[in-house]
Amino acid sequence: MVAKRIIPCLDIDNNRTVKGVNFLNLIDAGDPVELAKIYSDEGADELVFLDITATKDKRKTLSKLAKKISENINIPFTVGGGIKSLDDVSSLLRNGADKISINTQAVKTPNLVNEISLKFGNQCVVVAIDAKFVNDSWFVYLVGGREKTKIKLIDWALEVQDRGAGEILFTSMNNDGTKSGFALDILQKLSDRLTIPVIASGGAGTIQDFTDVFKIGKADAALAASVFHFKEIEIKNLKENLVKNNIKVRL
Amino acid sequence: MKIAIVNYGVGNIMSIEHCLDRLGISHNYTSDPYEILSSNKVIFPGVGDASYAMKKLKNQNLDKIIVDIKHPILGICLGMQLLCKSSEEGDTKCLGVIDSDVKKFDNKNLKVPQIGWNNITELKSKIFKGIKENEFVYMVHSYYVPKSNYTIASSTYGINYSSAINKNNFYGTQFHPEKSGSVGEKIIKNFIEEL
Repeated sequence: MVAKRIIPCLDIDNNRTVKGVNFLNLIDAGDPVELAKIYSDEGADELVFLDITATKDKRKTLSKLAKKISENINIPFTVGGGIKSLDDVSSLLRNGADKISINTQAVKTPNLVNEISLKFGNQCVVVAIDAKFVNDSWFVYLVGGREKTKIKLIDWALEVQDRGAGEILFTSMNNDGTKSGFALDILQKLSDRLTIPVIASGGAGTIQDFTDVFKIGKADAALAASVFHFKEIEIKNLKENLVKNNIKVRL
Repeated sequence: MKIAIVNYGVGNIMSIEHCLDRLGISHNYTSDPYEILSSNKVIFPGVGDASYAMKKLKNQNLDKIIVDIKHPILGICLGMQLLCKSSEEGDTKCLGVIDSDVKKFDNKNLKVPQIGWNNITELKSKIFKGIKENEFVYMVHSYYVPKSNYTIASSTYGINYSSAINKNNFYGTQFHPEKSGSVGEKIIKNFIEEL
């Protein structure tokens, strides 16, 4: 069977890796290409690069960075942030990205998901969804968590799956940055309802949290940032512990 | 040695190019039939939809060139599937080098596409020289090549399927060696140096 994946996420701002709490208060966490190499050597299964300022600043894609990353690492990586068109996608894939991730733009022009999937295959389309649990429901948020919508998380996930998403990257805004564990209940529901893989994000603080996200949350992959950037959890050690808990990972 | 990567407007070839660069192997990304036929090794990439990819090959008459290649050729991912007879994806007639029909993963308990690292076992070719049984490689696919006499590596995702195939000078890997860390780089190196 396919192994569960551990995915360090690098939030990029002006070509530097940054990390904030609940999408705010950004701290510098290093050079993305250097970090990418280190993670790849330590046993990361994939990497995700998100240009967190791209949407707000209407900046174009990260093609240059994608090329540099692709020159330096030999594991798959996803790039997201500010992707608005097929041309943006094409440029990133041509520069060596394996997948692209779209979030706000997927809500604004849902047909873009269909178009990317038709042209480049659904394996390269990751739809990222930021959601928050408010008044007994999970709602989708846009623009890096700054804009609330009335769209329900599961409805939206099912819709983008139909439109041709190959994976869902779900971030719980309630959990993100708290290091108190992933949003296990909703993850389990998402994973049960969807037929495509789910990448869980938001809340990783301990090795136990990763065990739980695979065993209870039924996630196919777990994404985290600060616990890796600030070396609170070492990937190799994390994976050895997952194996001890009978979770299949690549060692 | 001349290495060609087939250019038919399909496939994410930058990673393959960078992989060859890291190995210090020069290469030529080309759609020129003469260049392809005269190269010592040919890499045949591919991602996305099978029927779209076949159309692109035919538009450049590369479908006839590829089956004529006499040197070792390595189809990667969709490239491997296109070497087969047909694919359930868009009910597509493929190149027919290998007498297999590509099928869709059909198991309600499995996420499709399969995305991630899976083991390869029953390794049978020089392309796997120095590679241990059960090593992990990176796979991204919704369709698979069933096991047959041509299987030189197998993997399991609900069912046991071909993760690599070989007939004469034609080789295929379902996984992406260029994305499979040092194991994948070794497989590419073997393809260039051992076959």
